[in-house]
Amino acid sequence: MRIASSADSSSNNSRSQMIMADSGSSDEVAVICNTDITSTESENNLINTMVERGTALLKKMEISVAEADKRTGKNTVNMQETYTVYLIETRPAESVSEEGTPAAPDTLWRRYSEFELLRTYLLVTYPYIIVPPLPEKRAEFVWHKLSADNLDPDFVERRRVGLENFLLRLASHPVLSNDNIFFLFLTEEKGWREAVLETGFQDKADSRLKSLSAMFRVKNPDKRFTALKHYSEDLSTVISQLLRIRARVADRLYGVYKVHANYGRVFSEWSAIEKEMGDGLQSAGHHMDTYAASIDDILEEEEHYADQLKEYLFYTEAVRSVCRKHELIQYELEMAAQDLSYKKQQKEELETGTVRIFSLKGMTSKLFGQETQEQRESKVAALEQSIQEGEDALKEKNAESQEFVEKAWNDIERFNEQKEKDLREALISYAIMQISMCKKGIQVWSNAKECFNKM
Amino acid sequence: MSVGAPRGLASSGQKLITEILHPLSAAEEPLSPGPDVTISAEKDKEPGLTNGTPVEISSPASASVLLSRLQLDGDPEADAHDPFGSGEPRDLFVTVDDPKKHVSTMETYITYRVSTKTTRIEFDLPEYSVRRRYQDFDWLRIKLEDSQPTHLVPPLPEKFVMKGVVDRFSEEFVDTRMKALDKFLKRVADHPVLSFNPHLNAFLTAKDLNKRQGLALLTKVGESVKNVAGGYKLRARPAEFCAMGEYLDTFSQKLGTIDRIAQRILREQSEYLTELREYGAVYSTWAGSEEQLQRPLEGVAGCVTTSCGALEDLSDNMSQDFLPVLREYILYIESMKNVLRKRDQVQAEYEGRLEAAVLRKQEDRTPIPVEVEKCQDKVECFNADLKADWERWQRNKRQDFKHLLTGMADKNISYYEKSQAAWESLITLLQEKQTEDKTSETN
Repeated sequence: MRIASSADSSSNNSRSQMIMADSGSSDEVAVICNTDITSTESENNLINTMVERGTALLKKMEISVAEADKRTGKNTVNMQETYTVYLIETRPAESVSEEGTPAAPDTLWRRYSEFELLRTYLLVTYPYIIVPPLPEKRAEFVWHKLSADNLDPDFVERRRVGLENFLLRLASHPVLSNDNIFFLFLTEEKGWREAVLETGFQDKADSRLKSLSAMFRVKNPDKRFTALKHYSEDLSTVISQLLRIRARVADRLYGVYKVHANYGRVFSEWSAIEKEMGDGLQSAGHHMDTYAASIDDILEEEEHYADQLKEYLFYTEAVRSVCRKHELIQYELEMAAQDLSYKKQQKEELETGTVRIFSLKGMTSKLFGQETQEQRESKVAALEQSIQEGEDALKEKNAESQEFVEKAWNDIERFNEQKEKDLREALISYAIMQISMCKKGIQVWSNAKECFNKM
Repeated sequence: MSVGAPRGLASSGQKLITEILHPLSAAEEPLSPGPDVTISAEKDKEPGLTNGTPVEISSPASASVLLSRLQLDGDPEADAHDPFGSGEPRDLFVTVDDPKKHVSTMETYITYRVSTKTTRIEFDLPEYSVRRRYQDFDWLRIKLEDSQPTHLVPPLPEKFVMKGVVDRFSEEFVDTRMKALDKFLKRVADHPVLSFNPHLNAFLTAKDLNKRQGLALLTKVGESVKNVAGGYKLRARPAEFCAMGEYLDTFSQKLGTIDRIAQRILREQSEYLTELREYGAVYSTWAGSEEQLQRPLEGVAGCVTTSCGALEDLSDNMSQDFLPVLREYILYIESMKNVLRKRDQVQAEYEGRLEAAVLRKQEDRTPIPVEVEKCQDKVECFNADLKADWERWQRNKRQDFKHLLTGMADKNISYYEKSQAAWESLITLLQEKQTEDKTSETN
C-alpha cells in the first residue's frame, strides 16, 4: 500500500513512504492526505472569530437579489454565449438619506458561476460547516408543463429567489457571515475573482474533491456522525422520491382541471338550442372555463414548496460532506496512531533483539548476519526521533480532530434547529396552499351551481 | 283491479278532435285556474294539471338530499308537492325500493318492491305493495307503447350490461338500476294519460302479473296507428315537428359529448388518485426517520389520505348517479324520435290516401271515403298528443337537468369541503406545536 505524500509544506501530516507489510486490515485504496488548510490558516480568513449566534452580517446590512438580466459575451472557448446575470443590492440596515427616505442601495451584477465559485471557496475554507446549497443549476423534477429551459423566465425568476435565499442564509450564519471573501462578493464587482483565487483555495478544492470520492475504512468513527450520515442519506432518498411523485401528481391534477374546459364549450353549444335553460347553462360554462384555468396559478405556487424541499435535498449533500471530512480526519488519526505504535514496536524489537514484526530488513539480517552494535544504536536513535515526531503528529491530529468535532457539531445542532423550523413552516405553507385550492374549487362550483339553479 | 272504461284517455275515442278536451291544451280551452280546482268524478280533466303547470318529476334516490339543498317547500318526499306552486297534491304515488335476490333452480334474479299510494277510484285499495322484477317493467313498457303509441313512454335502463365485466348482483349495479326503475315508474305515474292505462294498474296491483293475459285495451287510435302501413312518403312536415326533430338531434349530440367528457374526467381522476396515494405514503415513510417532524409529516400523510377518500367518493357518485341519468336521457331522446317518426308515418298515410281519394273524385265523383277522414283524425290526434307531451317533456327535462347538474356541483363542493377540513385541522395542529416550541425556547 502506498500513500502519496502531501504537497502541503505547512501541514504537519507529511509522511514518508511506508510499506504496510503486516496490514491485516489494509483494504484501503490510495488516499490523498488531508490537504485542506489548517485551522490556523482558516482563522486568518475570519475577521472576527468570536461570533455569537444572531450577531451576523444580516443585522448590519440588507441584502437582496433584485433582478435578473441577459448578457451575451465570449466564453472560455471564445464562443458567443447568452447567460443570465443577477443584480445584488446591498444597503446598510436602517440607512436613511437626508430627505428621510431609505438610501439608494449599492448594486453589482453576478452570474451563477460566480455564486458557484463563492460556494466552493466556502466549502474548502470551512470544512466543518454545513454550507448552504445553491438553487439547482438545471431544472429537475419538472412536470410536463414546466419548462426545463434555463432561459425560461419562470425558471430564472425562481432561481433569483433561490440565489437571494442563499445569500441570506450565508449572511445569517454565525461563522460564514464574517468571511471577507463573502463580504467582497457582495460589494466588489471587479477584482473579486482575483481575490478568491489569491487565497489559493483552488488546489485545495481539487484535492478535496478527490478525497470525497476516495474509499477508506474508519475503525472508530464518532457514532453521532455515523448516525447523521445515515440520516442524511435517508433524507436525500425520501425527498427525491417526494419531488418525483409530486411532479407526477401535478401532471395528473393539471389534466383533471383542464378537461373541465370542455364542459364550458359544450354547455355553450347546448345553451344555443335552449330557451329558458340557455342563460344558466351559458354562465355555468364560463365558470367551468374559470375552473380549468385556475390550475395554472395553483401549480405555479406549489413550485415554491418544491423549491423549499429541494433546498434541503441539496443540504443533505453538504451534511454528508461534513461527515465525510470527519471520517477523513478520524482515519488519519487512526493511521497516525497505528504508525506510531508500529514504530514503537520496531524500537522495542531492535532493543530486545526479538523479531515480532516480519520485515524484509529483518529477514535479510537474519540471512546475511546481524548488524553491528553501532548500526543498531544509530537505528534506534533514528527511530526515537521518528517516534517523537510521530507523537507530536498524533497529538496535533487529535487536537485537530477534537476541534473539528466540536465546531462541526456546533453547526450541526444549529442546522438541525433550522431544518426543523424551516420544514415545519414549509409544511404549514403547503397546507395553506391546499386550503386555498379547496376554497377556489368551492367558489367556482358554488357559482356554477347558482347558474344551474337558474336554469 | 278495476277494468272499467278507461278514464282520462281523453285524447282518443270516438269523439271528433274538436270535442275532446285535452288535459294540457291550455291554448285551446279556457281551463280552470290554479289551486282551487276540485277533483270531480264527472270531469274528465286531469287534476292538478288543468292550468298546465308542470308536475314535479322525481330524481334519483338521492333526491331528498338534493331537494333540501334546493330549499324547496319543506317536504323531502320528492313527489308530495308541486314545487311550481299550484299547491295541488297528486293522487298517485309510486316508489321502487328494497331490492332482494331470489335464487331458484332455474335462475337467480332480483326483485324490487313497488309501493303504491293512491286515492283514485280506478284502484280498489288505497295502498298496494307488490314485488316486480326487471322483466315485469319491460312488459309494462311494451304494453304502454303498444296501447298508447301517440304518447311518449319513458325509457327503461338498459336490459343487458354490455361494457366491461359488471356484476349484475353488485350493490352498485342494483342500486343504479333501481333508481332508474323508480324514475321510470314515477314518470309514468305522473303522465296524465299513461297513468290511467290499465296495464299500469295491473302492474301496480296484481299479486302475480299474468303477462300473457292480453288486456284488450288498445284504443282505437292505438290500433289504427299500429296498423299504419309503411311506404307512404311524407310531403310536408309541419315546422314545429321539424324543429322538434332538429332539437332532439342536437340535444342528443350534446348529451353524448357531456357523457364523454364526464368519462374522461373520471379517468383522469382515477390516475390522479393513484399518484396521490403513493404521494401520501412517501410522507409516512419520511415521518419514520424524523423526530420533531414526525407528527407534522404524519399529519400531511393523513390529509392526503382523507383527500383520496373524498375524491373516491366524488368519482363513485359521478359514475353511479350522474352518468346513468345522462345515458337514460339519451335513450329517452331516441324514444321521442321514434314517436316523431311514427307521427310522420301517420301523416304520410293520410296524405297518400287523401291524394288518391281526390284523384278518384276528380275522375268519377266518388266521394272521399270515411277512412280518409279517420286518417285526418288520427293525424290531428297524434299531433295534439305529441305537442302536449313535448311540452311536458321539456319541462321535466329542465327539472331533471337542473337536479343533475346541481347534484354534480354539490358533489364537487362536498369533495373540496372534506379536503379543506382535513388541511385546516392540520394547520391548527402544526401551529400549536410552533407556539409550544416558542414558549419552551423562551423558558
